[in-house]
Amino acid sequence: MPSSLEIAGRRWDSRLILGTGGFRSLEVMEHAIAAAGAEIVTVALRRVDVGTPGSLVETLDRLGCFLLPNTAGCYTAHDAVLTARMAREAFGTEWVKLEVIGDDRTLYPDATELLDAAETLVAEGFVVLPYTNDDPILARRLEDAGCAAVMPLGAPIGSGMGIRNPYNLAIIVEQAGVPVICDAGVGTASDAAIAMELGCDGVLLASAVARAKDPVKMARAMRGAVDAGRLAFEAGRIPRRLHAEASTPDAGLPSFSP
Amino acid sequence: MKIVLNGSEREVPDAVTVADLVGAVSETDAEGRGVAVAVGAEVVPRSQWGARELAEGEHVEVLGAIQGG
Repeated sequence: MPSSLEIAGRRWDSRLILGTGGFRSLEVMEHAIAAAGAEIVTVALRRVDVGTPGSLVETLDRLGCFLLPNTAGCYTAHDAVLTARMAREAFGTEWVKLEVIGDDRTLYPDATELLDAAETLVAEGFVVLPYTNDDPILARRLEDAGCAAVMPLGAPIGSGMGIRNPYNLAIIVEQAGVPVICDAGVGTASDAAIAMELGCDGVLLASAVARAKDPVKMARAMRGAVDAGRLAFEAGRIPRRLHAEASTPDAGLPSFSP
Repeated sequence: MKIVLNGSEREVPDAVTVADLVGAVSETDAEGRGVAVAVGAEVVPRSQWGARELAEGEHVEVLGAIQGG
């Protein structure tokens, strides 16, 4: 088994964090969470107009999930901070997945607003997990601001393009003193494995599972990929070589007569 | 009096409370887990929902949990 993940002093057996968005139904979501073995799942806040907002929370509570609210859809530090405060009230948690995006075409984080919001929320006692660019300098600034983890993207949210800049992720991992969670971009199991092999401490994904043809099966695949990638990272891969290196020794090789 | 609830103007009785509004828009239980309320830019803690009366023209946001990444 891979080692456990520690964020802000809490230990987690699963290194796969699942977003709950995009599922066809609560029932599919429920089975996918179970198949993923995820302990932490993200939720969002939107206006209540009619209906029963309780059903989602009841389902997640029944599964024993730890709810990580996000600030999805916020474009300014002001809105993100207020959304985080509302999430703390709604879910009774100090933890927040901080998202402050720059535009709706890329959904890339707005670096200055993100850092501003992170500083404010840390000062208010939040456990801040920021969704960030794959920028080592910004990641360092977020860590310096007191964030409990950094969550660089592998590719744009929902794009399924995989880990587009593995070298930047490797630099972020190398320098980080807090857990690095690869957040966004994973399209299939090998993407999650690559992120983990690079040394990421966890993977956060939603669309890759929720929008797969068979979400429950993909959730199981992601669980395996995250475990396999982590195990490979901990095991230490062999160096890449241009030329072959025989694994069977030459010693004792017979010399057959023609 | 008129207030703005989740972006729409509403006619409500004087001295209506946050708790009244939450009850009007959601079927959440008294514990209200998964629901949060802001009046203007201030979050109203659940413990104050019953006591917080609204004034003419105030903007109220009642938010609830949805699925999201």
